[in-house]
Amino acid sequence: MSGHLHKDYTGAKFGMWLFLFTEVLLFGGLFILYAVYLARYPKEFVSAGKELNVWFGGGNTLVLLTSSLFVAMSITALRRGATALCLGLLGGTVGCAALFMVNKFFEWSAKIGHGIYPGSAHLKEMAPGEMVFFNIYYLTTGLHGIHVVIGAIVLTWTMVFIRTGRVHAGDWVILENAGLYWHLVDLIWIFIFPLYYLILH
Amino acid sequence: MSRDLPPAATGRGFFDEGRYPGIFGWIFSTDHKRIGLLYLWSIGTAFCVGAILGLLLRLELWAPGRTIMDAQTYNAAFTLHGVIMIFLFIIPGIPAAFGNLVMPIQIGARDVAFPRLNLLSWWLYISGAALAVTALFTGGGPPDTGWTFYVPFSTHTSTNVSLATVAVFLLGFSSILTGLNFITTIHRLRAEGMTWMRIPLFTWSLYATAWIQVLATPVLGITVALVFAERVIGTGLFDPAQGGDPIMFQHLFWIYSHPAVYIMVLPGMGVVSDIIPVFSRKPAFGYKAIVVSSLAIAFAGSLVWAHHMYTSGMSDTAVMVFSFLTFIVAIPSAIKVFNWLATMYQGSILLDPPLLFALSFILLFTIGGLTGLVLGSAATDIHVHDTYFVVGHFHFVMFGGTGMAFFAAMHYWLPKIYGRMYDKIVATVAWGVIFVGFCVLYLSMKVVGLMGMPRRYWDYVPEFTGLNQLATIGSWILAIGLVLMFVNLIRGLFWGPPAGDNPWGGATLEWQIPSPPPAENFDSDPVVTHGPYDFKKAGIL
Amino acid sequence: MTEVHAHIVPYRTFILVWVALLILTGATVTVAQYHFGALNIWIALGIATLKSSLVIAVFMHLKDEQPLFKLALLSALAILAIFIGLTFFDVLYR
Repeated sequence: MSGHLHKDYTGAKFGMWLFLFTEVLLFGGLFILYAVYLARYPKEFVSAGKELNVWFGGGNTLVLLTSSLFVAMSITALRRGATALCLGLLGGTVGCAALFMVNKFFEWSAKIGHGIYPGSAHLKEMAPGEMVFFNIYYLTTGLHGIHVVIGAIVLTWTMVFIRTGRVHAGDWVILENAGLYWHLVDLIWIFIFPLYYLILH
Repeated sequence: MSRDLPPAATGRGFFDEGRYPGIFGWIFSTDHKRIGLLYLWSIGTAFCVGAILGLLLRLELWAPGRTIMDAQTYNAAFTLHGVIMIFLFIIPGIPAAFGNLVMPIQIGARDVAFPRLNLLSWWLYISGAALAVTALFTGGGPPDTGWTFYVPFSTHTSTNVSLATVAVFLLGFSSILTGLNFITTIHRLRAEGMTWMRIPLFTWSLYATAWIQVLATPVLGITVALVFAERVIGTGLFDPAQGGDPIMFQHLFWIYSHPAVYIMVLPGMGVVSDIIPVFSRKPAFGYKAIVVSSLAIAFAGSLVWAHHMYTSGMSDTAVMVFSFLTFIVAIPSAIKVFNWLATMYQGSILLDPPLLFALSFILLFTIGGLTGLVLGSAATDIHVHDTYFVVGHFHFVMFGGTGMAFFAAMHYWLPKIYGRMYDKIVATVAWGVIFVGFCVLYLSMKVVGLMGMPRRYWDYVPEFTGLNQLATIGSWILAIGLVLMFVNLIRGLFWGPPAGDNPWGGATLEWQIPSPPPAENFDSDPVVTHGPYDFKKAGIL
Repeated sequence: MTEVHAHIVPYRTFILVWVALLILTGATVTVAQYHFGALNIWIALGIATLKSSLVIAVFMHLKDEQPLFKLALLSALAILAIFIGLTFFDVLYR
């Protein structure tokens, strides 16, 4: 009786979803803190929030939404046998990830250049609520950025598997799971964007 | 009732040569049984180290003032004792060792859903343990904050909290992966005929536990990451000078750490639920109620965390809400106790070591649970918070509860895994000594706590000396019992007589295969036709 | 073990959802410019929830998955909501 490497497509997907739940709860801790401090410092969150650039935030939102589109389409492409298109789309996703990080680099550089970063002297002169806003902004977007990088690595790895034929139209759960992880990265930003960049009132 | 005759010793089942030679066949194995044993021995080692620390703490507390160590060392010692016992023993404990050894067999599977992830879990455990040990000798030395790492002390102390938090993060990741693996395994890999209502109660308990592991542990992850960030980068989310709130640390910490105690105890309850029917020769009473109450405990246990925070300065409204919710969680636990007792009622009782430890669980967990009510009621908690009453309480439920269940599981399942039997009379004597030592040690704590002795204090007023000395003597009795138990087990499991396939007459699937189990568990995929405690249908009665 | 696999989602569906997401993004930016007081945050969260529902249901195929997956996701989200909610019994009433 063989079956040692029983391929369980549904099981593999379910395992990935469970992992995504852990990521939701990981960021969830930061969202708990955000909710509490927003309730405590409504005015300061607005004044600090206005310092963030909605073009950077909105731009990155569009970049991630598009990256999600690409990775979703890549699965269809693979299943239809359009391997080259699949790889192109995945390359596009990774490209979007890079664009996101470049954006973030410029955004953070500008802020840090103005002396706004955790532990800075300038931060310590701000009102307490504003300090909290920027601390939690850096922590949340920083943790998210780490996940963007991880996701890009996972997707690149998947592209290699597709090239070597290990992932193909008959067995694509690795691509599906990599895509699920990427969509999570997108989902978290869907909430980060309004909570940090659109606190204007 | 038939007890199988020992089979002729042929191979050694899964102990035969692995995929790689020697030790590499173990530390790179993806066989759930080998991983289970890797965990068992790692966890057992951690327990011994933690126990030695406990004995040292009790030695220091023999008399007021300095006895064998200074106050700073004492603070580090109880921090380490807690971190080791909680993160390296109890939380992985039963699921990682016995869940891995037994659960896939119980559901008729060949392995877990993600065997390589399983191995990664163990490596993460070892990495976390290694980092924790490193934190003792590097940076500012061993953390002295208590295992709860409360801010502001943990963010300011010069001891190596930073490295310790990284260790905890890795250990949490290990726990998460185990939970994820078990949930998927139980959903996807059950054998034909193994319906949800035929799953052994031990496996059900692992299922409920796994959900807590997956959903609650990440909050611990972010919490220790935030402490790390505050120390290393200077973020101040818990720092009032930066607008932060130290009570928010406590909320986030306990949002994990309260459900964590159910990660600790639910598998223990599962062990008891499997043992009681076998040693009463009766099907489990109220199987469905036990299943539902396991899930209820997992859920309700996620609603009550701030009962650790009544004196923290949080709002009175929160105090009342959490006190009320805390009472609810006692209900499903009580249901289990009633069902266990009802199972034994008019059963044919076999007082073998597994049952003795299981019965200890029921008694000691109940006592601990009742003292939990004193702590859960906000009004009485004000008086006993941070006293030895708390220390007594949690040792009753964690050690008298889960600890005893762990010992029960060892005595129940290890003869199956190793294929050999220990001396039951010595095991019974060891159990008796452990039980007496345990009660002397921890009942004394409850009394001296009610009298007002604070916890985590290196010194105490002379009025408390008598009870402290009594507790220390209890710790020595307990230690003797533990040594006796471990020596007897090791001797028996390695050099004892063959145990046979089914020494206890169990009806669950692990008892239908040879001892030790073969590498693939089953010759052919089993087809299940009866419930886990249906001794008649299994032909064992 | 043979598994019945979900149908292949056409490119068109993904593109339509993407367009919807862009529109919703525009909507949330627009609404944020107006003064709705305490309601602002809830509207923003509502739109974000709508966007994420689209991503989860279509991009992540959840609408084609077994009920188990949907139940599990709802449980995880419910637990997070409970954590936030119960914490507010403290924070709101200090």
